[in-house]
Amino acid sequence: MIKPILLWSDTLILLLLATLAVLVWLARNNETLRGPWRQVMKTRMGAATALILSLYIGIGLLDSLHYVERLPGAPGQAAQYSGEVRSALDWLLTPLREKVEKTYSAPFATHLYAKETMTGRDGREIRDFPRLQHGGAHLADPDKDFWRDVSERASLGLLAGWVAWLLWRSWFGCRDGGARFGVSGVCSNNPASRYATLLILLLTMGLLIALAPHYHVFGTDKVGQDVLYLSLKSIRTGLLIGSLTTLVMLPFALGLGIAAGYFGGRIDDVIQYLYTTLNSIPGVLLIAAAVLVVQVQIEAHAELFNTAAARSDVRLLALCGILGVTGWTGLARLLRAESLKLRELEFVMAARAFGVTHGRILLRHLLPNVMHLVLITVVLDFSGLVLAEAVLSYVGVGVDPGMISFGNMINGARLELAREPVVWWQLAAAFLFMFVLVLAANLFADQVREALDPKSRGRQ
Amino acid sequence: MLNYLLRRILYAIPILLGVNLLTFALFFMVNTPDDMARIHLGAKHVTAESISRWKSEHGYDKPLFLNERAEGAGRATETLFVDKSLKLFALDFGAADDGRDIAREIGQRMWPSLAIALPTFLVGLLAYISFALLLVFFRGTPLDAGGVVLSVALMSISGLFYVIGGQYLMGKLWHWFPISGYQPGLDAWKFLLMPVLVGVVASIGDSTRFYRSLFFEEIAKDYVRTARAKGLSELRVLFRHVLGNAMIPILTGVVVVIPRLFMGSLIIESFFGIPGLGSYTIDAIQAQDFAIVRSMVFLGSLLYILGLVLTDLSYTLVDPRVRLE
Repeated sequence: MIKPILLWSDTLILLLLATLAVLVWLARNNETLRGPWRQVMKTRMGAATALILSLYIGIGLLDSLHYVERLPGAPGQAAQYSGEVRSALDWLLTPLREKVEKTYSAPFATHLYAKETMTGRDGREIRDFPRLQHGGAHLADPDKDFWRDVSERASLGLLAGWVAWLLWRSWFGCRDGGARFGVSGVCSNNPASRYATLLILLLTMGLLIALAPHYHVFGTDKVGQDVLYLSLKSIRTGLLIGSLTTLVMLPFALGLGIAAGYFGGRIDDVIQYLYTTLNSIPGVLLIAAAVLVVQVQIEAHAELFNTAAARSDVRLLALCGILGVTGWTGLARLLRAESLKLRELEFVMAARAFGVTHGRILLRHLLPNVMHLVLITVVLDFSGLVLAEAVLSYVGVGVDPGMISFGNMINGARLELAREPVVWWQLAAAFLFMFVLVLAANLFADQVREALDPKSRGRQ
Repeated sequence: MLNYLLRRILYAIPILLGVNLLTFALFFMVNTPDDMARIHLGAKHVTAESISRWKSEHGYDKPLFLNERAEGAGRATETLFVDKSLKLFALDFGAADDGRDIAREIGQRMWPSLAIALPTFLVGLLAYISFALLLVFFRGTPLDAGGVVLSVALMSISGLFYVIGGQYLMGKLWHWFPISGYQPGLDAWKFLLMPVLVGVVASIGDSTRFYRSLFFEEIAKDYVRTARAKGLSELRVLFRHVLGNAMIPILTGVVVVIPRLFMGSLIIESFFGIPGLGSYTIDAIQAQDFAIVRSMVFLGSLLYILGLVLTDLSYTLVDPRVRLE
C-alpha cells in the first residue's frame, strides 16, 4: 500500500504544468502565437533539442510523483507509513536503487575499488579486491565471461532500441510526402533530425535498460550508490531550479519593468533605484547571504518538517525564491526600455485618447508586445540556472547537502581525482548529464530567439 | 564634468544606504544576533548566559536602531545599525569572528586576487574579441558556423569542469604547473599561469558568441556598406569602422567589472588555493562569518558604482559626441 505525497515543489510543478496547458489550449487557434513555435519545431535543431528536453522533463516529472510506503503492521492497526519519501522514478529504478555496493567501483567493474582482507580458499588471509555484491554478480568467472556477457546484452539492448525506433516510425512517421491522420502538413513538421535524435535516444535507452540491472554502467559512488541512479535523480533538481526560479522572477520583472517604462517619472526613479541597488551587490554574495539566513530559519523551525525530503524540498524552494527575487533585474531593464519605446507609439496614444484605463493599456497593449522578450529571456536563463546550481552547491549555499543534485555529485567527487587510480566516473557522469541538458536548452533557446525576435528575422 | 561627478557621488549614497539596510535586515532582523550566537556556540553549549557573553564579546549586545538607555545623541549612535552598518561608509569594517581586522585582511588579500583577475581579464578580452572578429571575417563560411557551434558547446559546459579538468590535466597528468598554492613576490608567476589560463578558457564560448553577435549587429548598418563602397578592404572595415563603433556596447559590458577585479573570483581562488579576497569570501560563507560577508557586500557595491562612473567616463574617450553634463 502506498500513500501519495505532495511536496511543495510538486504542487508548484503541477501548477506550472496546468498553467502551461491552459495557455497552449487558449493559443491553439491563434496563428500569430502558434506560428513561431511551429517554426522552431520545423528547424532541425529545434526538433532534435525539443525531443531531448522532453525526455529530461519526462524523467523530472516521474521523479515529482512522490509517495510513502505503508509499513507492514498488524491488521486493524492504524496505518503506519515509512518516513522515506520515494517517487515514481525511484520505483522504476528499484533495481538500481537497491543495488548498493560497499564503496567506489569503476563503470562495468566486477570488483570493488578498494582492497579488503578476505579468507582465501585455503583458509589463509589474503588482501585482494573483493567481487561486487551486485555488479556482474551473475558471472561465474568475470575474467572469462565478462566481454561475452556485456556484448550479448549490449547487442540485445541495441536491437530492442532499433526495433522500438522502427515501430515508432511506422506508427507516427510518414512515407514519402504522404499525409498522416488525414492531415497533410504533419509530415513536413517532422524533420529528419527528429528521427535521428530519436534513434540515438532509443539506442542509448536500450543499452542502459539491458546493461544497468546487471552492471553499474557509470560505476558507484563513495557509499556504493549507483551513479546512473544519482544522475537520473539529479535531473529533477536541475529542472526545478531552472523553471521555478523563473516563476518567482516573472511577476517582479513584468510588473516593475513595464511600470517603470510606461509611467516614467517618480515611479521610474524608484524602480530604477531598486534594481541598481540589487544589481550593485555581487550576485553570489547576495544569494549566499539570503541562503545563510534561510538555513538558520529552517534549523530554528525544524519541527515543521517531518521528513528529510520535506526539509530539503523547502530549502530548494527557498533557493529558487532567492534566485528569483535577486534575478529579475536583467529582464526588468529590458522590459523598461521596450515599454519606454512602446508608450510613444500610435496605438498606445490612441488607446489613451479613447480614455482606456492604465491597467487595461498595460494588460492589453503593452504586455502582448513584450511577451517575445519574456519568452526569449526565460528560455535563455534556464540553462544558466542549471549551471549555477552546481557552482552554488560548491560554495555551500546551494540545495540541501542531502539532496541528490548535479552540484552535490560534483562537490562530493571533486577531491577524488587526486586518488590513485583516479575516481573519475562520478564527475564524468554528472558533467555529461548536465552538458546534454544545457546544450539542448541553449540550442533550443537559439531557435526560439530566432523565431520570436523581430531583430533576428532575416539576419543571415 | 565636475558637476556630473559630484551628482554621481551623491547618487551613490542612497544606493549604498539601501544595500546596507538590506544586509542589515537580513543579518540582524531576520536572523537575530541570538541566532548567530547559537550557530557559533554549537547546539550543546547554549545557555542564555553564554549567548549574552558571546554577544558582548563580539559587540552585538546593543539594540538595533534606538538605544533607550543611552543619553542624548547616544540614543541614536550607540546602536548596532551605526556600529555594524554605517561605519562601513568610513571603510571601518570591524573585526571578523576570529578577532582579526577585516580591513587589514582586505588590504593584504586584494593583491593576489588582482594578480589573477587582471591578467585573466586582459588576456580574455583580447582573445574573445579576436575570435569574434575572426568569425565575423569568415561569416557565411563553415568556419563561422563551426565556431558558433563550438562556442555554444563550450558555454554549455559547467565552469567547474574547466577548473577541475584543467587542474587534473595540467597539474596532475602533465606536471606543467603546481596544482595549487601561492607565493608572494615574483615567484608567483608559476602559480598564476594555470588559474589565468583556466579563467580565460572557461568563458571563451559565452564571450566569443556575445561579441560576435555584437559585431554582426554593427556590420548590418549603412555606414559599413558605405565604407565598403568606398573601396576599403574588409580588414580595414572590420578593425577601423566596425570595431570602433562597437566600442560603446563593448565598454558598457567591460568597464563596469574593472573595479570589481579586486574582489577576485570565488571559484578559481578557492580551487587553486590563492589567498585572495575570493577565497576569503568563500571561507567566510562556509564558516558563516556574517561580519566578513557584510563587508564584502558593501565593498562589492562600492566598486560596482565606481565601475558605473568609469563606464560613463570611458564613453567620452571613444565617442566625441558624448558629453557629461
